[in-house]
Amino acid sequence: MTTISPPTRAQRSHRLPGSRIAYAYVAPFFAVFLAFSIYPWLDTAWVSLHEVRLSTYDQSTWLGLGNYVNLFSNPFFWNAFRNTVTIGVISTVPQLCMALGIAHLLNYRLRGRTFFRVAILMPYATSLAAATVIFLELFDSKLGLVNWALHLVHLPAVDWQGSRWPAQIAVSTIVTWRWTGYNALIYLAGMQSIDTELYDAALVDGANRWQQFRHVTLPGLRPTILFTIVVSTIGAAQLFGEPLLYHNGMPDGGTQGQYQTLGLLMYQQGWTNDRLGLASATAWTMFLVIVVAVLVNTTLARRRDRQGTLSSLAPKVRL
Amino acid sequence: MRPGSQQGGSRLTYVIVAVVAIVSIFPLYYTVVMASHTNAEMAAARPPLLPTTDFFANVKAALALAPLNKGLVNSVIVATLVTAGTVALCTLAGFAFAKLRFRGSGLLLALCIGTMMVPLQMGVIPLYMLMARIGLAGHLAAVILPTLCTAFGVFFMRQYIAAAVPDELIEAGWVDGASPTRLFLSVVVPAARPAMAVLAMLTFLTAWNDFFWPIIVLSSQNPTVQVSFQSLATGYAPQQSVIMAGTLYGTVPVLVVFAVLGRQIVGGIMQGAVKG
Repeated sequence: MTTISPPTRAQRSHRLPGSRIAYAYVAPFFAVFLAFSIYPWLDTAWVSLHEVRLSTYDQSTWLGLGNYVNLFSNPFFWNAFRNTVTIGVISTVPQLCMALGIAHLLNYRLRGRTFFRVAILMPYATSLAAATVIFLELFDSKLGLVNWALHLVHLPAVDWQGSRWPAQIAVSTIVTWRWTGYNALIYLAGMQSIDTELYDAALVDGANRWQQFRHVTLPGLRPTILFTIVVSTIGAAQLFGEPLLYHNGMPDGGTQGQYQTLGLLMYQQGWTNDRLGLASATAWTMFLVIVVAVLVNTTLARRRDRQGTLSSLAPKVRL
Repeated sequence: MRPGSQQGGSRLTYVIVAVVAIVSIFPLYYTVVMASHTNAEMAAARPPLLPTTDFFANVKAALALAPLNKGLVNSVIVATLVTAGTVALCTLAGFAFAKLRFRGSGLLLALCIGTMMVPLQMGVIPLYMLMARIGLAGHLAAVILPTLCTAFGVFFMRQYIAAAVPDELIEAGWVDGASPTRLFLSVVVPAARPAMAVLAMLTFLTAWNDFFWPIIVLSSQNPTVQVSFQSLATGYAPQQSVIMAGTLYGTVPVLVVFAVLGRQIVGGIMQGAVKG
């Protein structure tokens, strides 16, 4: 390969230009990332081993694992942990199932399909702050449309704020409303990238629509499904804004903490109770919960995958 | 074409899809209704289903209660700068990872992908202290800087550039003596424009709707629009109509943009799903 500029080692071994300037190109990203992600992340671990207050941030007292011991013996933590798991399940499992069904329907040749696609994405464009305020009114026990509809079909009114399960269902509904359409479009994109020959082969074998869905669409979608499971798991483990605003901005998760999540607990410990060390311990625990939840979910999803089409979570990159 | 998309939908398909569309849009429509009726009217045995002109009076009341206009201006500033920064910096880094050879590029790219797993929420306490120390707490810069470029953006642009820009083109330019920066500006950017537009739309929407970090680091004196909603419900015995009117007022701009660009945004999300 003849080049005008002085050859470097990289150039001799590759056809593409190799250049030191590449470091300058990736530097801004890594600068932002180091300063605002890695450093805070590691410092959180350090803070979690100390007694720290906002006013005296630099004069912390070493506690060792004291904050963690305190946390794990605290009923508030276990309440928040349970709520995070149950709200996580109620908000993601029906959501992803519905998204899959909607994507399947949208994959038919429909008239007005652009309208339908934009319509189901409107909730995604609505901020969680706005969506929560709206649903707070819809679920209001006296003024809300939901209880009015229940009354219409002669069902008793439900206390969507004070009782544990109804409140958790209400919070989960907000999450489900905002994200179902988005996930449906992700699935739709996945469906449209499935090799058409597989459908032809299935037709030749006499497969009906359901069998096509079951034996061609689902296996082809496995990587996409796994991706959405991971993203939803991470989102569910960090749930914060919806339950915060569902109790008018108070981080207690309802008067009995009936929908307090780990994210809310962390906020309450740090910003309401001024116990930054304890809040940091909660943050690291949340991170470990996320890692474990992602591992469990991907393992479960993989076990269901008989043909082994789920090669890996790792994106298709040549490293 | 594949059977899956060739087959027309049955009547039932249309019914279900229409119901889904209604469920998606109805809460937004009903916000207008709730914003034009008093608590007493909403509590009636037959709740109203149509908006009234009281809506405008309630918007006015909401504007007196919460700094919504300041929030809107701030959100435009934040979302615009974050979008501009993200698109520029991520395209640059994506180009380096896709087309340039440099030592440690594989490791750095793996690091970049790994960061997508670390939630920003993890580090908010030190992040807040950092911002307070450098005097940025309460300033818009505190919201802009941490999201100025994202791992997702770098990876997204890397994947697109790797596929959309032929190696031969880069190679030819390189042989002709073009510097990497020249190649970036005159070869990569024109070719990557569609992906840059997609990234811009997704980033703008995310930045506009961001809630967790802004609510921690900004005050109600200098809020983004999401933070300014907080001031709506704080008054004594708040009227839900005023809260609804204010919420709608702060949400309408992004919904209008969405209605106009909806087709492109849908395409972008679907494209991103396949590429990512």
